[in-house]
Amino acid sequence: MTLPLSINNITAHYGTTKVLEDLSLDIGEGELVSLLGASGCGKTTTLRLIAGFLQPTSGTIRLGDKDLTKLPAHARDIGLVFQNYALFPHLSVRDNVAFGLKQRGIAAAERNKRANAFLERVGLDHLADRLPAALSGGQKQRVALARALVIEPPLLMFDEPLSNLDAKLRVDMRVEIRKLQRANGTTSVYVTHDQEEAFSISDRVAIMNEGRIMQLDTPETLYQRPANAFVARFVGFENLIPMTVTARDGETVTASLSDGSTLKFSQDRFGAIDDKFVLATRADGLSVSSDPGAEGIAAKLGLRTYLGRAYQYECETVAGKLIANGALSNPLEPGATAKLVPVADQCTILKPE
Amino acid sequence: MTTRINPALIGFTALVYVFLIGPLVIIFGAAISDTSYLTFPPQGLTLHWFENIWAISAFRRTIITSLQIAFLATTIALIIGIPAAYALNRYRVQLPGWLSTLFVLPILVPEIVMGFSLLRSVNVDSGVPIFFTLLIGHTLLVLPYVIRVISAALSSFDFSIEEAAISLGSRPAKTFFTIVLPNVRSGVIAAFILAFITSINDVSVSLFLTGPGISTLPIQILAHVEQFFDPTIASVSVLLMVLTVIVMIIVERTLGLTAVANTK
Ligand SMILES: Nc1ncnc2c1ncn2[C@@H]1O[C@H](COP(=O)(O)OP(=O)(O)OP(=O)(O)O)[C@@H](O)[C@H]1O
Ligand SMILES: [Mg+2]
Repeated sequence: MTLPLSINNITAHYGTTKVLEDLSLDIGEGELVSLLGASGCGKTTTLRLIAGFLQPTSGTIRLGDKDLTKLPAHARDIGLVFQNYALFPHLSVRDNVAFGLKQRGIAAAERNKRANAFLERVGLDHLADRLPAALSGGQKQRVALARALVIEPPLLMFDEPLSNLDAKLRVDMRVEIRKLQRANGTTSVYVTHDQEEAFSISDRVAIMNEGRIMQLDTPETLYQRPANAFVARFVGFENLIPMTVTARDGETVTASLSDGSTLKFSQDRFGAIDDKFVLATRADGLSVSSDPGAEGIAAKLGLRTYLGRAYQYECETVAGKLIANGALSNPLEPGATAKLVPVADQCTILKPE
Repeated sequence: MTTRINPALIGFTALVYVFLIGPLVIIFGAAISDTSYLTFPPQGLTLHWFENIWAISAFRRTIITSLQIAFLATTIALIIGIPAAYALNRYRVQLPGWLSTLFVLPILVPEIVMGFSLLRSVNVDSGVPIFFTLLIGHTLLVLPYVIRVISAALSSFDFSIEEAAISLGSRPAKTFFTIVLPNVRSGVIAAFILAFITSINDVSVSLFLTGPGISTLPIQILAHVEQFFDPTIASVSVLLMVLTVIVMIIVERTLGLTAVANTK
């Protein structure tokens, strides 16, 4: 069984401090959505509201046609996986996994059978009689995963489940989590502050900041078309350059920087362009050209670093310090002047902040 | 390779042991001495002084009273103290910091002052039976220790474990008994033993609260030594120690076993 989750206009406070503001989020049946954001932005708070450990000040949370805010936490039927595993230290691995089944009144023989089956799925059937203290971090998290999945919840939630594991194991485990989630088709909310982790396993990612969702989209869209400056910076657009439109000719728009130098943009590529906008690129999206006649941003080159596939330069321009890449065939010295030419398909444009 | 241990350290450790165990050895020796006065080393061997405890009815009665009071006061203090300690730790962030200090403050009040105030406020005017005044006094005496020890055990308890159980469908009240308590078992055992020993050895509080017909063993011991100087005192002390050790073993066994049973 799996159900869609719908969070509508949730506001939440700790004491008098507002932690979430008017947050809405719809997650489709079987979809995995990540909440991604810096420490303290309200990810865990959102999960705790859904799980029922915290009451929202206003707003509703619906799972299928149930209004979760009217149910106590123990009746919400949600599988939770915690960062610190939260296994029951006094129960064997098997009893940990069977705990939820026991609460559902399933007889001992049957729940042990199901627990064993799930332990086999996560590759831990040989450790069923151990206590959690005798497991490694990765094994503990597998037990926690089995414990949350065995009750076949309509919703699964993960709060930074991999951040206590080492890098290699993190990658293995996230693939495993995604496979199990896919196989069961369970609607899932996944909290992380690791962008790669979020992008690699999610159907959609919600990027959060200070209790709000800044953008909710597929990883591809977020990566290539951030909707605002915050998300752009978050996904690694180093260069945000304010521009003003000076001329329009059909679909071609000419815009200038504060020093008067101009660049041309095609509305076929970027959609309708407002009179004031921000050009956003990663270092890849600005190409360093030593040709003084090139149409680009005048720059004085600073520190050069070697990336293997290109050289990267720190550049002083009228728009402040920009990061741009240059060809390996033509290394330029610090102090040289050059033009930074935007690479159209590596750029996006944003509304001014 | 062997580790060389500093001989001075060994000597010092031995000295500490002599210091700790010496008095016990002396009391044991005196209790079996076949003399009519307290002496060490024992001269002759007899169990007469142990029989004498039972022969003196005041000892008989006060041993029973002391055991009853210690057991009941400890139990009541646990029933009040465990939830209090739980609440203090569970809601630590929401609660003001001075609250947990408030609960252990009675430890700072000299016991003799506590006994006296209880005497004035409960015993004198209210007509509450002496046994219950004693019980109240001892409960108040041991409660701060219970809260302190259980709090220490709970402070290392990860409350997300409790939340995990609730999310899996366990009601909060049931979760407390099946998940929280088994994980602070050692704290409960320690609190029980500490409270029991504090109660059964208490003089200052009991001094004010005992009355006609009802006394505790330590008070009876005091009364006895005012008149007699025979080895009965030593044998009572030995008995008290033995009883305490037996209680400790029973507590360890039963609480230990419940926790094991809970895992099934
Ligand atoms: N119990 C609490 N009482 C008061 N404020 C709290 C409490 N828990 C969290 N906060 C505050 O609420 C805000 C959101 O916290 P939350 O735990 O949701 O962040 P998060 O996004 O999960 O961060 P992290 O990545 O560090 O886990 C933070 O500013 C935090 O300081
Ligand atoms: Mg968090």
